[in-house]
Formats: sequence, structure tokens, C-alpha cells
Amino acid sequence: MAAIELRNVTKTFPTSGGGTYTAIEDLSLTVEDGQFCAVVGPTGCGKSTTLTLVSGLERPTRGEAVVHGEPVRGIDTSTGFVFQQDAVFPWRTVLDNVAAGPRYRGRSRAEATGLARDWLRRVGLSGFEDRYPHQLSGGMRKRVALAQTLVNQPRILLMDEPFSALDVQTRAIMSTELLHLWDQTRPAVVFVTHDLEEAIALADKVVVITAGPGTVKAEFEIDLPRPRVVQDIRLDPRFTRLYGEIWEALRAEVAEAYARTTRLAEVAS
Amino acid sequence: MIGTTEGHPSPAPAARTLRPLDASGPEAGDDRVAPRKDPRVAVRRRRARLAAVRLGIVIVLLVAWQLCVHAGVVDPFFWGEPTGVWSTLVDWFTVGTPQGSLGAQIVVTLEEAVLGFIIGSVLGVVLGIALGRIQILSEIFAPFLKAANSIPRIILGSIFTVAFGFGIQSKVILAVVLVFFGVFFNAFQGSREVDRNLVANARLLGASRWRVTRDVVLPSAFTWILASLHISFGFALIGALVGEILGANEGLGLLIRSSQNNFDMNGVLAGMVLVAAIALTAEGLITLLERRLLRWRPPQTHGGGAHE
Repeated sequence: MAAIELRNVTKTFPTSGGGTYTAIEDLSLTVEDGQFCAVVGPTGCGKSTTLTLVSGLERPTRGEAVVHGEPVRGIDTSTGFVFQQDAVFPWRTVLDNVAAGPRYRGRSRAEATGLARDWLRRVGLSGFEDRYPHQLSGGMRKRVALAQTLVNQPRILLMDEPFSALDVQTRAIMSTELLHLWDQTRPAVVFVTHDLEEAIALADKVVVITAGPGTVKAEFEIDLPRPRVVQDIRLDPRFTRLYGEIWEALRAEVAEAYARTTRLAEVAS
Repeated sequence: MIGTTEGHPSPAPAARTLRPLDASGPEAGDDRVAPRKDPRVAVRRRRARLAAVRLGIVIVLLVAWQLCVHAGVVDPFFWGEPTGVWSTLVDWFTVGTPQGSLGAQIVVTLEEAVLGFIIGSVLGVVLGIALGRIQILSEIFAPFLKAANSIPRIILGSIFTVAFGFGIQSKVILAVVLVFFGVFFNAFQGSREVDRNLVANARLLGASRWRVTRDVVLPSAFTWILASLHISFGFALIGALVGEILGANEGLGLLIRSSQNNFDMNGVLAGMVLVAAIALTAEGLITLLERRLLRWRPPQTHGGGAHE
């Protein structure tokens, strides 16, 4: 049984003008247990919408989102979600942020704190327990967000361009660390990004989404050996070959999306 | 950037790195140089100078007022005079007021204002957040609240005085009514402006609707609520004083009212001075509370600089 299945899902949103906007259309996607799936596509192709459907934050307009054989009918607590923007609670210390999930799931304060300390150690933030998020760098806040999600041992991990706000070096380091953490519990991952290099370096499978309304254009198996070091794997000739293949599929979509935004800009001006 | 929580760089390394720049001899490393470079000393000195200037302005104004009275430009019968206000205050403190000891009057007014402030704020926060979170409630009650907010609420004081009598009750209720709306609208708006990502994150982490309200909506609305509390204590004090002026047996408002009835402007002004002192003390306490509750915010945005 697959961990995640999107069966011909369509999601439309009402627009302020009274019409509807189709974010994704007839999209089907399967992610196996323990598989790391990266979803790439141009800006505005509905990549993030697929995550909100799997997490239960939104319901599909048509089609079905299925997690471990059960249709998604609301927020499922076996799912973890790492947001693009900072979503850690600014008024809680680092420790209380990470302990939040276990507390909400009914653990005692002592248990939750113990788990939180353990995960802070795993993401390399021991000694920062009493800091508030604003006292940390962007990369450290992202680690808090990762620990906050992973402490709940999710069987499904959804990540929405989690590292896009970080600088290039920090991003590569965080990616390697993410792979290391993922390896410890091996949840099924859907990792949304617009960065093809990042997608190939991390994933077992890369899914290319068309310019909006989004649907699956092509899927690619990434057979690079694990464990991988993100900073180094880019130099592997197989990486370059895969990059060339996938970019071939992605290029047209990116061009299309770009043409649309420039047309919109012309209309607006 | 992680090392300091106060936002000030620690003074010692700064002084040390500066030294080689102006060092010309062995004396330049002398410890006597260091205190002059300490930014905290400079800040303290600046504050002291500011306070001195402010005090100077107050003294100049009071002396000018007194001189105008002596020169016959200002009639103390209508406008009072600083020495008269001072002697009235001394008299009240040492001998007592016509309606009993000064302490008792202050306590009564404070009790009314504080009770009104607490009840009004709690009601405002609870209802503001409830209506902000539960759409159907806001849809039903929003027009009523807007209508009620447009009434000049001081007038209600007359009704409360007749309905609830000369005791503390009518004043507390007037203060509650004055405090409630400001806090309510801020809490309502605050709970509407919560970052959607934070709410989604809390729900995905397993928080129930109530925990989302308590752990995400309330703290994030607190910035708004605390801003309204500064103004609200002033309103509570106005409610208590107006209530007393409209009809009471004791309190600072009554003291001001009876001074007015005796054409004793020094008494009115002395009452005003006391009220101002109470309001400023309360403002200081609320600022302390704010700093305590909003510790989590980056230092450049949580006050401090704005007050000094």
C-alpha cells in the first residue's frame, strides 16, 4: 500500500472577481512508504496546493487524496509539515516550540521536554533551548522547525520549499542534514521546490509539474547511491545526466510560466 | 547577535578595540580611559541631562505662573496659583480633606478604576477573541457592538448613578463600559490578523481548536491588546472620576466637585495633580507588564527607546 496517493485531484479556488482559479487539475501522484519524492515546477503551478491536500488543510474539489489507504478527511496527526516561511511560534522558547507537538498529542510536560531536548540535540541546537526564535539565524530557525515537526515522528513528511529563504551554502548544509535526519525514521516525503538541483540531490523520485493549472508532466527515478552529501553529489556525472534529462521536461513549463507573468505585467502596466 | 539579549553590545570589547586607535603612548591603555568609552555611562549621562532639562521646564512654567499671579495678569480666583495648589495638597495630606482622610479618597477612586479596568479588559479580551474566532458570532453581534460604540458613553453615567446609587458600583460599571470597547475592538482585530501559517502549523502539530486559540491567537493578539491597555486605564480613571462627580459620597472626583462648588480652583488643580500622579504610575506598571509579556519580541520593536 502506498503511503500517499493523489487520485485525479483538481483544486479550484474562488477568486475575488467572482470567478474560479484552477490551481491543479487532474493530478495523480503516488509516494511509497519511506520514499523521498521531490516535486518541481515553475512558480504558481500549484505545487504547494498538492501539499495542503495531502495534509488535510484543504479538501480537493474533485478526486481523492489518500494516505495509508484512508481518504484524507481532515488534519491527520501522522503527517508533519514544514512551511516555507517561519512558522515557529515567536513567543515560545526553542525548547517550548519543539515540545509543543508532543504536548498537543497528550504527553506529559516532562516527557515532551525530554523528547524536545533529544531532537534539539539531533538538529544540533543543544544549548539554545532558552532562546527565542528572533535571537536565532534563519538556518537555526529552520532547524527548530525541523525538530518541531520530526519530534512527532511523522510517517508522512511534507515540505514546502523549506530552505528557499536560506543562503546557498546554508541551504546545501541543511539539505545534507535533512537527509541524515530522514534516514533515522524514514517517513515518506513530498518535498516541493523550484530548484531542480536540490530536488535531484535529495530525492528518490522527481516529479515535474506543468505550468498552472498543475498536473504531472513526467516522473524520474533518481538512482544515485545513498547516503548522499548534497554538496558533493552535484559533481557526479550521473547527476549531470539526470539534470539534463529532467531539465528538458521542465524547461518548456518554466518558459510558459515566465511568459505568462510577463504578459500579466504588460497588461497591468 | 546571539550573545546579548539586551541589544547593547557588551562594553568591554568595544573599549578594547577602540584603544589601539587613539593609543599614542603606554598611558593610552590606562584604565582611566575605559569608563569614558563605556556606552552605558554615556546613555546614563544623557538621561540625567534630559531629566534636568525637563525639570527646568516645569520649574520655569510654575515660577512664570506664580509671577503672573503676583503681577495681576492671572486671577488666582479663576485659575489658581502654584503655591495655593501646594498648600492645599499639604493640607490634604497632613490634616485631611473635608470628606475624610486623603488616603481614603485615593483608595476609593483607585478601587473603582482598577476594578473597572480589570473587568472591562477581561470582558473585552474574552469577547473580542471569541467573536474574532467564531465567525457566526461576529456576524450576529458586530452591528450591535458598532452601534453601542457610537453612543457617547459618558452619558450612561447619569443612568448608572440613578440606577445603582452613590456607592462604588455605579462608578465601576461606568469604567467597565468605557474600558470595554477599546480592548474589545483591539482583541477582535488582533485575533483576525493572526499569521495563518502559525495557525496551520499548530493544527498540524496536533493542537485542538481551543489550544490554537490559547497558544497562537491569544499571544499574537496580545501585541494589540496591550497597546489598548495603555489607553484603557486612562478611560477607567475617567469613568471613576466622572461617576464620582455625577454623584458620590467619597473619592477624588467628589473632592474635585466640592472644590469647584466652593470656587476653590486650587483644590480642583490639587485633585488633578493627584489624578495625574495615579495615571502615570499606572502607565509605568502597564509598561513593565508589557515588557514582561512581550519578552519574546525583537528588542528594537518592544518599546524602550520610545519612552526614553
